[in-house]
Amino acid sequence: MSEKKQERVGVYVCHCGSNIAGTVDVEGLTKWSEEKLKHQGVIVARDYKFMCSSLGQELIEKDIKELGLTRVVVAACSPHLHEKTFRTAAKNAGLNPYLCELASIREQVSWVHTDKAVATEKAKAVVAGAVSRVIENVPLEEIKVPINPNTLVVGGGIAGIQAALEIANAGLHVYLVEREPSIGGHMAQFDKTFPTLDCSACILTPRMVEAGTHPNITLLTWSEVVNVAGYVGSFNVTIKKKARFVKEDLCTGCGICEEKCPKKVIDEVFEAGLGYRKAVYTPFAQAVPKFPVMDKENCTYFIKGTCKACEKFCPTGAIDFNQQDELINIEVGNIILATGYDLFDARRVSNYGYGRLPNVFTSLEFERLSNAAGPTNGEIVLRDGKTTPKSVGIIHCVGSRDKNFNNYCSVICCMQGLKFAHLVHERTGATVYNFYIDMRTAYKAYDEFYQRVLEEGTLFVRGKVAEVTNAARYEHEKGKLIIQTEDTLAGKQRRIPVDMVILSSGLQPRYDAKEVGKMFGISCSTDGWFTEKHPKLDPVATMTEGIYIAGCAQGPKDIPSSVAQGAAASARVLNKILQKEVALEPIKASVDQDLCSGCRICNGLCPFNAISFLEDRMVTEINPALCQGCGTCVAACPAGAIHGTGFSDEQIMAQIDGLLFRNLQPVEA
Amino acid sequence: MTDNFEPTIIGFTCNWCSYRAADLAGTARMKYAPNVRLIRMMCSGRLDPTFVLRALSNGADGVMITGCHPGECHYLEQNYKALRRYLLLQRVLKGLGIEPGRVKLVWASAAEGARFASETTLFVEEIRKLGPLNWGKPIEELESLQEEISKLEEVPA
Repeated sequence: MSEKKQERVGVYVCHCGSNIAGTVDVEGLTKWSEEKLKHQGVIVARDYKFMCSSLGQELIEKDIKELGLTRVVVAACSPHLHEKTFRTAAKNAGLNPYLCELASIREQVSWVHTDKAVATEKAKAVVAGAVSRVIENVPLEEIKVPINPNTLVVGGGIAGIQAALEIANAGLHVYLVEREPSIGGHMAQFDKTFPTLDCSACILTPRMVEAGTHPNITLLTWSEVVNVAGYVGSFNVTIKKKARFVKEDLCTGCGICEEKCPKKVIDEVFEAGLGYRKAVYTPFAQAVPKFPVMDKENCTYFIKGTCKACEKFCPTGAIDFNQQDELINIEVGNIILATGYDLFDARRVSNYGYGRLPNVFTSLEFERLSNAAGPTNGEIVLRDGKTTPKSVGIIHCVGSRDKNFNNYCSVICCMQGLKFAHLVHERTGATVYNFYIDMRTAYKAYDEFYQRVLEEGTLFVRGKVAEVTNAARYEHEKGKLIIQTEDTLAGKQRRIPVDMVILSSGLQPRYDAKEVGKMFGISCSTDGWFTEKHPKLDPVATMTEGIYIAGCAQGPKDIPSSVAQGAAASARVLNKILQKEVALEPIKASVDQDLCSGCRICNGLCPFNAISFLEDRMVTEINPALCQGCGTCVAACPAGAIHGTGFSDEQIMAQIDGLLFRNLQPVEA
Repeated sequence: MTDNFEPTIIGFTCNWCSYRAADLAGTARMKYAPNVRLIRMMCSGRLDPTFVLRALSNGADGVMITGCHPGECHYLEQNYKALRRYLLLQRVLKGLGIEPGRVKLVWASAAEGARFASETTLFVEEIRKLGPLNWGKPIEELESLQEEISKLEEVPA
């Protein structure tokens, strides 16, 4: 260590206007750095109003050139904001960018402390730590990797379709993977869309057809991603294409198999349990692709070994009972996750009686009920299938904004409840009550829709519904569902008898969102939604390079926002592809094989399979392409044979000493 | 002396969660105790237990280790390895005669600026109660301390 050549360090203290200078004595800090850290190699320390301004950067560049600085410390804001700015400045002046460190004296000092003397003292420690650390920094080179121009979009709802189309229309190839037999997602189940009351299918199906026939889109429905390996630029993805038992190259989508199939099954997915489908089926008439799938669990042939009616009647011989699940491997450069949401299970709010009281419906059930292509051909009737309700209660915030279930607002439920109110009013003339906590109708033309529903005569009761019951107390309540609620505007309890109750259920993350996130290497928030890189400035990127998110997978949102995010994610992907290569941070672990004793302690630590053991030489090797740079193996190696660039033992030890002012005196020989 | 005792604490943070939580606490101007000085690592899994011992032996009175909540690790599961090392380190610390409470593991996600701030303040108070560590102080300092103690003992009760 003592042989080490003395570095020439420059310390630059930013005032950040009064953001730092208001709480930290920046001049004092500068002077202190120049005097007390001199033996460490600090030859110059300067303060400036805004270091990030071009004049501030020029100041640093000038010193690097004229004073021959070999290390730079900028005491300013968080490295997550301006590390790149100052490293680029260093690079422009001919210094390796990784020889420049940021000391965060704004986020970690001036903004969180009030006493100037105390804050200044802490700032000195932070700067001393950074100076000690930067001396141990070594020049690094960014790792450039080529970007595979193909993209994977997971989820064929409106957000995924939009993302896939944007990229495909730019002339690049997309794999669109969907778990269900058809793309379309939740939007395909809806009847009308708020606030314009566009028919959902009418605006969605042209997009579905476009995605299904686009020469640049490989559509993989009834398929799931089962494994993801690699990193930005070159992901290797394994997709399981489940057996359809229908040969796609022969099937014409004529629908004869479905017609002839003798087995009726309750459709729990598309029809929300209100209607039937066959054992071989396409979920809805406009399904894309047109090929049906066979439901092995319910098919008479798979259960009893006889039937094969579909095979007999298929005019092209497309039925194949021996078809097997297939694993497909694809190479892509970027991935967009648009995996959507699950509807909150209204059974969990047991006091609202869903599942127990027949005429309590969920929002998705009502969507199917009011859909002209649904099980009742669009007639709004009670569970008996024939009686038209004379009064309907719509309960908002079911499972949302509720400490017992989900704390968050599900965003769409207010507008959805208003849409239901309008449809019930229009089609049945029934009296409609909306029970809401707060009416949230932000965004374009939404509040106008609320006004319209108000004018139509829908009754609004502000308060959280306590209970839905069929236990009548009075004569006029008999045979009805009674909604017991607090009316916070009238300041009293009310009992309102109705024929039908619709629960405007909230949205929640997919039941398997955590596992999916894990597979793609991204995290979920405490609520379970995928976490974006920045809540405001980077809503569709994630902390993992090359993985983007769009639509409800990121959080509850309506159709316009989902579409916007799908398009935004595709713009990010196109930007990456056009750059042709991506620069990766050179933070990697490597093994000094002369020091490796072959103990294999590190072998089981890497979740990215970057560590492998060379049996012939009895040493461990790390694949830099797979290494993500977490440093867990570096910390584990008992021989100190694993070195981690960017965060080496030397750098961290030196920073500890610096932070504790251990380096204020020259070390005696 | 303990009345005016201001502990010095080293905090190890994960680049993806707790360091960002500290950034967020700053952006939101949340105030917390100024005793903790942070070191950024890529992951709590990078924490070599010797870093903690180095900090304690070089003048820190406590060490705070922070990482992503279980199940939320940016590197999938490396925070569990940090947890394992932390539990083992606690046993080692006991063996060295150091109160295990001087080293604390705190989970804080990138969104939990408020939690980061309150946990920091709480830990500073915990260390304040434990008093200074004086571990690894140079011999001369300890000798002078010993002298002071013997002087105290001379005073009749």
